[in-house]
Amino acid sequence: MRSLGIGTVCTIPDGGLTPLLAMCHEDPDTRVVTLSTEEEGIGITTGLWLGGARGMIALQSSGVGNCINALTLPVAFGAPCLMLVTMRGQWGEFNHWQVPMGQGTQPILTQLGVRCYPVETAQEVAPAFTAAANMAFHAQERCAVLIGQRVIGAKAFGRDED
Amino acid sequence: MACSMTSNYLDRRDFTAAVLSGRGDALVVPSLGAPTWDCAAAGLTAEALHSWGGMGLALATALGVALAQPDRRVLCLNGDGEMMMGLGTLAVVGDQAPSNLAILVLDNEHFGETGGQPGLARSTDLCAIAEGAGIPRTMTVTAMEQVPALTDMLFHRPGPCFATSKIALGDYPLTMPEKHGPSIAAAFRATATNS
Repeated sequence: MRSLGIGTVCTIPDGGLTPLLAMCHEDPDTRVVTLSTEEEGIGITTGLWLGGARGMIALQSSGVGNCINALTLPVAFGAPCLMLVTMRGQWGEFNHWQVPMGQGTQPILTQLGVRCYPVETAQEVAPAFTAAANMAFHAQERCAVLIGQRVIGAKAFGRDED
Repeated sequence: MACSMTSNYLDRRDFTAAVLSGRGDALVVPSLGAPTWDCAAAGLTAEALHSWGGMGLALATALGVALAQPDRRVLCLNGDGEMMMGLGTLAVVGDQAPSNLAILVLDNEHFGETGGQPGLARSTDLCAIAEGAGIPRTMTVTAMEQVPALTDMLFHRPGPCFATSKIALGDYPLTMPEKHGPSIAAAFRATATNS
């Protein structure tokens, strides 16, 4: 993030994002914007770019559903949009409430013209993120890195909090 | 400042022209529909981010601009329907507390673009919600005589600040600004970044 000039992370947290968000909170050069709903992150990062800065949105796959109409904004402006999505509802999911948006995330984003970078191994995360960020900010595209549940580890229903 | 519900109504074009004439070099982020037409009618071009869609996001977008340009005043000119759709964003503004962000709601208590259906702001105290979200400076505007105090707050006092104005429903000549999104974005971005 630092090497890519991304100074702001807008987020509704997810368990899989916890280590990243902890680092962001500790980093004096990174601003964390806690949202009330994920779609605000689309507006805020579009506004950041319009003001000459770079931001991204870190969210769970369920939150992608809250962003659908909001994506109109960067699409219509031809503005960059970078989303880091931790997936639920796929690899070993025990909570069926997570399945509809988990399974819908990539087809819905693709339908809206967002370029998806699905990642299924830990080694792929950094290169996929760099590739997506470069495409977002240099080609002014909408890009989403989808971190598979296989990478993060499925939650053990009944033992962990959902 | 105290807020109260009221039944007085301002002429939106006279009111917005008077407010915007005091903007200096502020950037303006209007919500889609009437506030965007008001900006166009007041002669704003590249300094306004004219909006044709993405309802509910004007304040979030204005917040992003304000965070990116902390030395530049940013005014979000929001319709009441759009403000109701994004009430949670007031909490994000209160949390980030950008001193250069001002919000003015143009509240006609109706969905004016879609046939004048009644809206929720007529029974909602938006200033109370803004104050509850941690935005300390608020004002309810019901008379043109308040415009000098309003522009002083919006453009010169430390933000974030929030005002709501009670305006009349009415038919106004449509003043259409640029619609092509990349053109709007390029012009606004050049103005915002002085490039």
